[in-house]
Amino acid sequence: MMTVGLGHYLVVSAILLVLGIFGIFLNRKNVIVILMAIELILLSVNLNFVAFSAALGDLAGQVMAMLVLTVAAAEAAIGLAIVVIYFRNRGSIQVEDVNLMKG
Amino acid sequence: MNWTIALPEIVLAVIGLAILVFGVLRKQDNVLLCTMLTVGGFLAAGLLVLNGTRGGGFNGQFLADSFAAFNKVLILAGASLAVILSLDFNDKQGIGRFEFPVLVLFATVGMMIMVSASNLMTLYLGLELQSLALYVLAAFARDDLRSSEAGLKYFVLGGLASGLLLYGISLVYGFSGTMDFAKLASLLTDPLTASPGLIFGVVFVLVGLAFKVSAVPFHMWTPDVYEGAPTSVTVFLATAPKVAAMALFTRVMCGPFGHLVGAWHALIVILSIASMLLGAFTAIGQSNIKRLMAYSSIGHMGFALAGLSVGTADGVRGVLVYMAIYVAMTAGTFACIIAMRRQGRAVEQISDLAGLATNDPWLAMLLAGFMFSLAGIPLMAGFFAKLYVLLAAIEGGSWTLAVVGVLSSVVGAFYYIRIIKVMYFDPAAGAFDRRAPSLSLVAGVTGLFTVLFFLHPAPVVDAANVAAQALFR
Repeated sequence: MMTVGLGHYLVVSAILLVLGIFGIFLNRKNVIVILMAIELILLSVNLNFVAFSAALGDLAGQVMAMLVLTVAAAEAAIGLAIVVIYFRNRGSIQVEDVNLMKG
Repeated sequence: MNWTIALPEIVLAVIGLAILVFGVLRKQDNVLLCTMLTVGGFLAAGLLVLNGTRGGGFNGQFLADSFAAFNKVLILAGASLAVILSLDFNDKQGIGRFEFPVLVLFATVGMMIMVSASNLMTLYLGLELQSLALYVLAAFARDDLRSSEAGLKYFVLGGLASGLLLYGISLVYGFSGTMDFAKLASLLTDPLTASPGLIFGVVFVLVGLAFKVSAVPFHMWTPDVYEGAPTSVTVFLATAPKVAAMALFTRVMCGPFGHLVGAWHALIVILSIASMLLGAFTAIGQSNIKRLMAYSSIGHMGFALAGLSVGTADGVRGVLVYMAIYVAMTAGTFACIIAMRRQGRAVEQISDLAGLATNDPWLAMLLAGFMFSLAGIPLMAGFFAKLYVLLAAIEGGSWTLAVVGVLSSVVGAFYYIRIIKVMYFDPAAGAFDRRAPSLSLVAGVTGLFTVLFFLHPAPVVDAANVAAQALFR
């Protein structure tokens, strides 16, 4: 039977990170999806921290994971607030409509 | 435990909370009062930084050394200038709310924590405190579509940058077992023994920080955010956060990763050359002066990175002098841009400046001075800024950087001097409205600093020297 080691966690977290980055850049639909992609990146980082913390037997990684969770919540609140005022002004949150300034 | 080393940050944060409560409870119009209280808080924090105790504390999370003190004074100065400039602009744009100075204050606390970080944890928390306040500020004109679009773009790309930085931090932590700067520096003495995972993490951290200083190829948010955000926010974005991000970049690269200079030197050189060239060439085609200033700031960050790439005390001194002069020049230029207002409407096209020399000779003279300085014409402050970094680059053996730097500043001079030509030689357009005394004050003070810097550069250069030495002790 195969045991799940540090390497497996790192691979899963790397896949989540790549999914998050592609979710931001290849997404042509909706701004909410971009917010979810940002959350995905932060979660992949958290997985990394917890896995390293367990492997190293050092608590600092778990402390950092707690801090990241808290900051992610604050960041989501601010992100949604900005999306709301954007929708009020533009009447749409399609990504292709975010194009007033080009350069 | 010696908690007094963080006294400036603690005092400033408490003042911020007090102003917030005061502003909510008092029903009358209180923008002016809250702004003045904020500037008073910045002054108090500046005095505490200058007279404060030096040293580390909070279990190695926080370090108050001369390097941090120099940058904190610079950040507080930039933030104060931005808050004073915002007073008139916000009032006339109808966005004069007391939350503005409070948000600026909390962003400033975040920046002060960033430059004092001696652990990757503190670094992240300071950076986020700064960024979260800045996202809200960029979207501050909430009924303006361009401002909310700027806020949205800034939020998405800033969130991505924070994510990449964090991923790098997690890899550095995992492959070295610590997040403390001093322990990292003693562990990573030889680049050859550093594991590939660790180098990977360092590269991610570097990319995240490059986003924050808007170095090419991670600059794409800068022009849109600068153009869309209200000008009072743009002046803040262009001064204090740039200083904080560059100081953090310098501390991380020269402190914990200082012995890995062989691994990151080439990357910083590439970032620097690309930023200098892109800043010089793309600014030529711009017609909006805020967008032009965005490309100009990208170019200036390229010059500052040239000093950092050397990785010596001389290079860091060059970076610090550069940032000090950059803050003065940029705040002054934006004071002139905020003064561009016709029949109560803010105008921001370069063509709107036509004939300013006949309509308002003093403003034209000041703006011409700032443009000469940004271009790096000798005897202006901007010339000495470029001199120190390029000299350090040559002494460090990076001739390519120096050559590219000189060439791109020649190209840059073209568009800076074009603005002077529009002001002095184009047929006059309508005059601007009377400018507020606060704008004249900021433009005058920064203008005097920019023009007269060559007479007595010693105070700034000596302070930068002490700060740079503190980093390499």
